[in-house]
Amino acid sequence: MSTLPSKVLVIGSGPIVIGQAAEFDYAGTQACKSLREEGIKTILVNSNPATIMTDQETADVVYIEPLTKAFLEKIIDIERPDGLLATLGGQTGLNLAVELSESGILEKYNVQLLGTQIEAIQKAEDRELFRQLLHEINEPEPPNVTVDSVKNAIEVADSIGYPLIARPAYTLGGTGGGIINNENELESVIQSGLNASPINQVLLEKSLIGWKEVEYEVMRDGNDTCITICNMENLDPMGVHTGDSIVVAPSQTLSDKEYQTLRTASIKIIRALGIEGGCNVQLALAPHQEIAAELAKNSRPTKEIDYYVIEVNPRVSRSSALASKATGYPIARVAAKIAIGKKLNEIQNSVTGQTVAAFEPALDYCVVKIPRWPFDKFPSGNRQINTQMKATGEVMAIDRSFESALQKAIRSLEQTETSLLWEDPDWKSIDSWQELPLFPPTDQRIWALAAALRRGASVEEISKKTFIDFWFIQSIKNITDIEKYVMENPETSIDSKFLLYAKRMGYSDVQLANLGIAEGLAEHVRNLRKSMGITPVYKMVDTCAGEFESITSYYYSTYEEENEALPLPEPKAIVIGSGPIRIGQGIEFDYCSVHAASSLREQGRQSIIVNSNPETVSTDFDSSDRLYFEPLDEESLRDIIDNETNSTSNFLPESVVQFGGQTSINLSQKLNNVELPILGSTAQVIDIASDRKKFEEFASRNGLPQPPGATVTNLKEAITVAENIGYPVLVRPSYVLGGRAMEIVYNIFELEKYIEQGLIASPDRPILIDKYFEGIECEVDAVCDGETVVIPGIMEHIERTGVHSGDSMAVYPTQTISQQIIDEITSYTIKIGLGLEIKGLMNIQYIIMRNENTPKVYIIEVNPRASRTIPFISKVTDTPMVKLASGIMIGKKLRSMGYTSGLLSSKPLVAIKAPVFSMAKLSGVDTHLGPEMKSTGEVMGIDKTYENALAKALIASGLMLKQNGSILLSIADRDKKDSENLINDLIASNYIIYATEGTANFIRSLGYDDIKEVSKLDQGNPNVLDLILNANVDCVINTLSGGEQPMRDGFYIRRAAVEQRIPCFTSMDTARTAVSIMHAKIDDQGYTIRPQINYLMN
Amino acid sequence: MKILSDAPIANLILQDGTVYQGEGFGSLENGYGEVVFTTGMTGYQEMLTDPSFAGQIITITYPIVGNYGISDTNIESEKIQASGLIIRNLCDYPSHSSSAMTLDNYLKKEGVPGIHGIDTRSLAKKLRSSGVMMGAIAFENQTEKIIENLKIATHYENLNLVEKVSTKTTYSSISDSHYPNNSPTKIAILDYGVKFNIQRILKSLGCDIITLPHTSTAQDILELKTDGLLLSPGPGDPKLLNNTIEMVKTLSTKLPIFGICLGHQIIARAFGANTYKLKFGHRGANHPVINTKTGKVSVTSQNHGYAVDKNSLPNELTPSYINLNDDTVEGLVHNDLPIMTLQFHSEASPGPTDNKDIFENFLNLIKKGTV
Repeated sequence: MSTLPSKVLVIGSGPIVIGQAAEFDYAGTQACKSLREEGIKTILVNSNPATIMTDQETADVVYIEPLTKAFLEKIIDIERPDGLLATLGGQTGLNLAVELSESGILEKYNVQLLGTQIEAIQKAEDRELFRQLLHEINEPEPPNVTVDSVKNAIEVADSIGYPLIARPAYTLGGTGGGIINNENELESVIQSGLNASPINQVLLEKSLIGWKEVEYEVMRDGNDTCITICNMENLDPMGVHTGDSIVVAPSQTLSDKEYQTLRTASIKIIRALGIEGGCNVQLALAPHQEIAAELAKNSRPTKEIDYYVIEVNPRVSRSSALASKATGYPIARVAAKIAIGKKLNEIQNSVTGQTVAAFEPALDYCVVKIPRWPFDKFPSGNRQINTQMKATGEVMAIDRSFESALQKAIRSLEQTETSLLWEDPDWKSIDSWQELPLFPPTDQRIWALAAALRRGASVEEISKKTFIDFWFIQSIKNITDIEKYVMENPETSIDSKFLLYAKRMGYSDVQLANLGIAEGLAEHVRNLRKSMGITPVYKMVDTCAGEFESITSYYYSTYEEENEALPLPEPKAIVIGSGPIRIGQGIEFDYCSVHAASSLREQGRQSIIVNSNPETVSTDFDSSDRLYFEPLDEESLRDIIDNETNSTSNFLPESVVQFGGQTSINLSQKLNNVELPILGSTAQVIDIASDRKKFEEFASRNGLPQPPGATVTNLKEAITVAENIGYPVLVRPSYVLGGRAMEIVYNIFELEKYIEQGLIASPDRPILIDKYFEGIECEVDAVCDGETVVIPGIMEHIERTGVHSGDSMAVYPTQTISQQIIDEITSYTIKIGLGLEIKGLMNIQYIIMRNENTPKVYIIEVNPRASRTIPFISKVTDTPMVKLASGIMIGKKLRSMGYTSGLLSSKPLVAIKAPVFSMAKLSGVDTHLGPEMKSTGEVMGIDKTYENALAKALIASGLMLKQNGSILLSIADRDKKDSENLINDLIASNYIIYATEGTANFIRSLGYDDIKEVSKLDQGNPNVLDLILNANVDCVINTLSGGEQPMRDGFYIRRAAVEQRIPCFTSMDTARTAVSIMHAKIDDQGYTIRPQINYLMN
Repeated sequence: MKILSDAPIANLILQDGTVYQGEGFGSLENGYGEVVFTTGMTGYQEMLTDPSFAGQIITITYPIVGNYGISDTNIESEKIQASGLIIRNLCDYPSHSSSAMTLDNYLKKEGVPGIHGIDTRSLAKKLRSSGVMMGAIAFENQTEKIIENLKIATHYENLNLVEKVSTKTTYSSISDSHYPNNSPTKIAILDYGVKFNIQRILKSLGCDIITLPHTSTAQDILELKTDGLLLSPGPGDPKLLNNTIEMVKTLSTKLPIFGICLGHQIIARAFGANTYKLKFGHRGANHPVINTKTGKVSVTSQNHGYAVDKNSLPNELTPSYINLNDDTVEGLVHNDLPIMTLQFHSEASPGPTDNKDIFENFLNLIKKGTV
């Protein structure tokens, strides 16, 4: 490029969905910083408010608007950037750039696409073009053909032979792909793939299931300098999406010749494509010959180094975020600089501060990534993992052995008892290892591998069954051998040599205690090992294996000799992060952690972040003064605190537990029990707010109304309570994460069923039973210093109670609530803040019941921590909530910062937070909204009026209805009355209405006859499912009814809508709202489009 | 099972008295050498058999070594050349189609000691700050005595290791296949510690090669009537090879010459440049060098403890490559004569193969008098 651009538009990746998580907030934020370092003005657009990139501090101008071509064109028109950076916003950003380019918008406004050019993107993304390119440069690709119809696919399958893999073109996380084993499976997979692909193309290719899967992260600058940042080997061989694979870096089973052959191929490809920036290349390498012998004949290797190129991502990806954290090399930062024309050798290596970015990182540790799947929330989902990514997030761990990195990563998952010792209760009765879920793989495979070894399977047997390389299985056996040794030598096992070995193999104190060591108490294991001098040291991730002195402050623990992380000298605080992205605990807590670290820094404390999630901004090495990449559990935290305790100054570092969601708040009690200090609200305060019984006492003492309810520990008590307060009741375990295992039950049978499962879900926690009120739900975030309680705003939910707050649309400011109720909420909030002595943040959920004589406000729950809505409320009210809370923690007063108690006056705007779901990726999961949270991300619509904000929220979340379209209605009896207005609206809009029998009768009873009745599932074809799958409707409204048959039919209807990628409303409230707004105009008059900060002004 | 490991305790003892305790493997006999570290993550068998590592104990900073075993083909000379191996974790359950034995057994078979269980990162950092030094992998509990031994032993810089690794006799090998319509190019290799991969690459490019002992004279070489001469890599201080200066001077006007690593240093010295010992050398697979002519950067495989002093270069030599990390000379061209040199290893093995085409440049130099 001839001249440096002066103003660059950066496109974010929108809401968190499976396949596109926090990694793009990390990438976009780095990119903005990187461009601003060069003196370039940055314009950032994203629809996701829970991101660091949409902070005013990140870019020069920030737009929080829907990510569509129309909105982007407007923004381009307003801002007139001369460059567009699109390779850092995931597939969303890339697809938008292609659209903007192809529709001539970039040319019209004279915007130059920076970095990798459209032609290269197309060559990489379009299967046919990519194939041609491989052919031209003589790189091998698996036999394959692109098809555009089912008929075409059948012909191709006949010529290549099964098994085959289907990969739709231009999709995220492999949406709509799948493995096809035979002709019976072909049609449905191909059809769903064609639907998923925006260009209606699916690639059918020879299955390489069982081959090694290896990835290279490659960078190229405009001067044709190419480097590989990192290679990664998937423990799960080909057949499992890399986002769903356990991944290790660097590769473990490749010889130098194989490593270099694949590296050279990767570089050759990005040269041929003309990538300028980062790129990910995936390759399949022939497995060990003994494993190959187990594979179908036609998928066996034929050459000494036999490999195929699988695919490339011509952009920064999830893998590059992982590679950045695994190596310390900031790929997105460097990619942004390359995009504006810098050469790799002109960019400084910010880790060493003395070398340049043109080099390849050398690792002197092993990195393991494990995906975090949502099946704890969706036990009914299909748990098989294949080419369709299902994980919502991931964890990473670093150590000097594979075994230890693997075990630390398992600890970091914060599930399955955080241990490889865990076995699914269903396996208890399985004696033969063959029956374990080893192949085809599920999300539980890593535990199944250990279970198989425990049941006597040999390494060879397991490798041959799973195609996982012997090396990995042997490494897992090294772990299970320790269990075996302890079992066989209970007396002699506790010498220091053994303990050190076990720690080096990644055993946690809890795990060792569970094996029966030290009276079975983790605390005793800890004391014992400490008395033997067995404590971890911390080593630096420095990109260069110690070859150069480095200035980064990024550490991992290991049991070796030299400790490189000497205690930070100044007063400091440890911000406990939120771990892997999961449903109920998303990117918003990373947002809070990052702000906490930077605010503490600004206010004179050195900040230390502990986290286990490689996708995040918080684990960027310059987000804090020091980063420990570690599991978020008691052992890690206490080891870190020990390490940071300066023996001379006697200053015990304090922990910040409010910002990392339930992960960090749960640690408060554990830290407090061992007398480790916590900043902000005390562990006692947290306990009162979180423990139902204690909170009830507090509430009644302070005259705070709560729905009638009680805490029970057995079924008998539960039945009595439910009958006293009357059904329906809301039941849930006492410590709640994202509404986990929360249900509304309508009768004694449902209650019995719930209690059975519920007690298993939470063995040492009682069950809460509350009267279920169907009212308006409001949510409040507040910050309190013990004297002053500041409420930046009240958010009103569009859905009534019964839908989890994380799945509700929330509106700021409230739209339908009287001043009297607002005053009441304000006064309760202040009372709770002062009464509990909250120091920092809290979040309170209220219900407003209007069907009583005078509207009444009830308090549902209080969370003594940062909530999901903190980024949203901070941005729309311009109140730096995390900064205020951090200030309070270190002794500042709200009054001295210019605040007084109460609700801040509303800003002249309306902002609506809307949830976004990833249901298309999760087959078998019911999509209906309920008290269990199901969404993976959120968007924000912001404007001057409610209607416009709502329209934007719906557009951004993909729920905006067509102005003229067709709709299927299947509405439960109890919602029918409620649907009248909606039906009237639809009729008035000339919508074509399809309805199932009962709903059709109801509509006719309203006097409308021009509707189409559709048959039920068991009434032959065409039925309601055919209607959806044949794309006859644009939208579905299906509300949940109690009966078993309609329940099942409803499930199929909802799933069909999801597969068809059309909006499916399961809450009458959302549906009514969407219908009411479908005529909002997408034109100059309809919307305001302006930088987010300008909405705050009049 | 490792839990009950009965491997003998071994010590790594450095000349300055530092002792690291670990467990022994391979041959359980004391081994002495200069302790160096490499950051390359793959290629342990190639490193061990690389003659340039003669007289040195290799520390591999990547902590898990031995994963893909030992093959019959991943060799760069007939035997292990290094004096010892220092690693963090020894993998004794290799998994690879080509694996014929474990790393442990390989070292046993070749009579070379190894030590594992060492905090190799800490060791690498120490060598980085104190500089490389003599050391021993020791199995007897006589630290004092071994430190004494290290003091009186001939230090690496004074050892004529080339003598040990060079071929004793001249031998030739035929190209794999000839360039179309061309008779084979005949290349003489002066063996200061040549790596097999240099020979493999030349043969694959259609060269017949004749490998000569390091003691060969200019006359010996000229008699072979080859089209070009390659001065190979090798171990040790180039100052010990001042007897080569005249030979190179004589040949420089008669034959196109390509020098790699030690060969590069020898050529530089022949034209009057100085060489010096680097504090901790360049060893690894990730060193960036910039081509001074094209401005292009490539990643190189490196293994050297000495470098050519940039400030001592005579006018007739121009740096062709510069190391981006520390600005040292990575290659030279002669302004008038067909002579080119590389400090890094374009033959790779182990390491990146980005610069394989430099061999073709040499063949062009032979044929056309220019690269």
